[in-house]
Amino acid sequence: MSELNAALEHPTYNYKVVRQFAIMTVVWGIVGMLVGVLIAAQLAWPQLNPGLEWLHFGRLRPLHTNAVIFAFGGCALFATSFYVVQRTCQTRLISDKLAAAVFWGWQLVIVAAAITLPLGLTTSKEYAELEWPIDILITVIWVLYAIVFFGTIAKRKVHHIYVANWFYGAFIIAVAILHILNSMEVPVSLTKSYSVYSGTVDAMVQWWYGHNAVGFFLTAGFLGMMYYFVPKQAERPVYSYRLSIVHFWALVAVYIWAGPHHLHYTALPDWAQSLGMVMSLILLAPSWGGMINGIMTLSGAWHKLRTDPILRFLVVSLSFYGMSTFEGPMMSIKTVNALSHYTDWTIGHVHSGALGWVAMISIGSMYHLIPILFNKERMYSVDLINVHFWMSTIGTVLYIASMWVNGIMQGLMWRAYNQDGTLTYSFVESVAASYPGYVVRVLGGGIFFAGMLVMAYNVYMTTRRDVAAQPVAAASAA
Amino acid sequence: MDINDLRGISTAFLMIGFIGMCFWAYNSKRKQAFDEAAHLPFADDELNQRTQQEEVGND
Repeated sequence: MSELNAALEHPTYNYKVVRQFAIMTVVWGIVGMLVGVLIAAQLAWPQLNPGLEWLHFGRLRPLHTNAVIFAFGGCALFATSFYVVQRTCQTRLISDKLAAAVFWGWQLVIVAAAITLPLGLTTSKEYAELEWPIDILITVIWVLYAIVFFGTIAKRKVHHIYVANWFYGAFIIAVAILHILNSMEVPVSLTKSYSVYSGTVDAMVQWWYGHNAVGFFLTAGFLGMMYYFVPKQAERPVYSYRLSIVHFWALVAVYIWAGPHHLHYTALPDWAQSLGMVMSLILLAPSWGGMINGIMTLSGAWHKLRTDPILRFLVVSLSFYGMSTFEGPMMSIKTVNALSHYTDWTIGHVHSGALGWVAMISIGSMYHLIPILFNKERMYSVDLINVHFWMSTIGTVLYIASMWVNGIMQGLMWRAYNQDGTLTYSFVESVAASYPGYVVRVLGGGIFFAGMLVMAYNVYMTTRRDVAAQPVAAASAA
Repeated sequence: MDINDLRGISTAFLMIGFIGMCFWAYNSKRKQAFDEAAHLPFADDELNQRTQQEEVGND
């Protein structure tokens, strides 16, 4: 009873679940990116398909995307949202038990995905490949997550709901709606189901889901991260709180309409394609408004970039965000899309967002978060954070540059006609011409992956009670 | 009156809504409240420190 009274008079935060999710962010990041490097190598050297069906590209590719998006990105979002909602509402999570259920349930989903996808069990819907029993499990966990998150906001000790929580909240609600509507399926056995949608409607629902997975899972949630961790690390409030409100409503209102740009020149009606294109172009405004708000938070503190590699991670992630949210609207223009669609340019665009924006802001946030969670003053080695920063940046640039070159080359080769109307190149000639770009991609992805190993070592040393932090060398100003 | 009138009207409503939201957010009456909100990430050091201290040796 005295313990209960003490808890009421001197409340604390639940850091345990944040710690668990933070550690698993690093673990799943390594796993997901390792699979990514493997399948990138398979594309460059097909001999790496060893004849085992479980290691075939077609099965490992969804494993890679699910692992990096939902395991790595998901754990980063759970960790930071549970942390930010507590700290900005100045109250403990509404239930430790439910929070623990969210953690263990989500790990179960990840393990189930890692088993079923290599076995070839798939709905074949991109980024929603998991079969119906796992879909139901995801729904249950997501409802628990929403209860914990919104319940904590409901019992907040402050008047205002901080803007980061608005972004996390939109992410939670939108992902629930998207997941349930896109996963409507008829089970025919424990491991097989068919979508209730068919034909063009199926494609439109799929890409309504697919693009909003980008917009709400991979953008809104990570913008929540930006609105807390960039001000914290820069030690100054966000540049414009008013702009953040306009940013929020404009972004959530527009993103939901952009999906049809994945279906240009298909059976989708022309008006829907054009609508998707126009909405994608409008999306540039809120995207850049948010990016500018994040970067300008550093105004007056730019010198910190010289000494603080964590801030560098955060600011460079925003630069990549700005770059890929310019590239995206441009690629959604139908005439540009006629060149870029189905080429490696799309893959490059995704990774400039996924590596440059999502992964780098998550990594920066983890470097801020992990010392706090383990009651340390800072990470074990600031120099190693700096090494990781450069590995991530160089790896991302190599990846996206090689895919730009490959993509534009493929697009030009596929559309080249001879004077008599026959195609100038066969498809396989464009594959052969892509080989150097594929090798550079393995190199870039490999460097990014190796950076995650540096992070894992640094995190492990930070968590050890008996190890003191390394002194900060002057060289980290380089 | 057909479906296209409805489309036009809804576009106008959305635009009014957007402009209204901008005026709401940039109204000087709300400046102080927003300044307070913007400082929320820096307002809970005591709770954080207590959590860190209590957790030492607890798990």
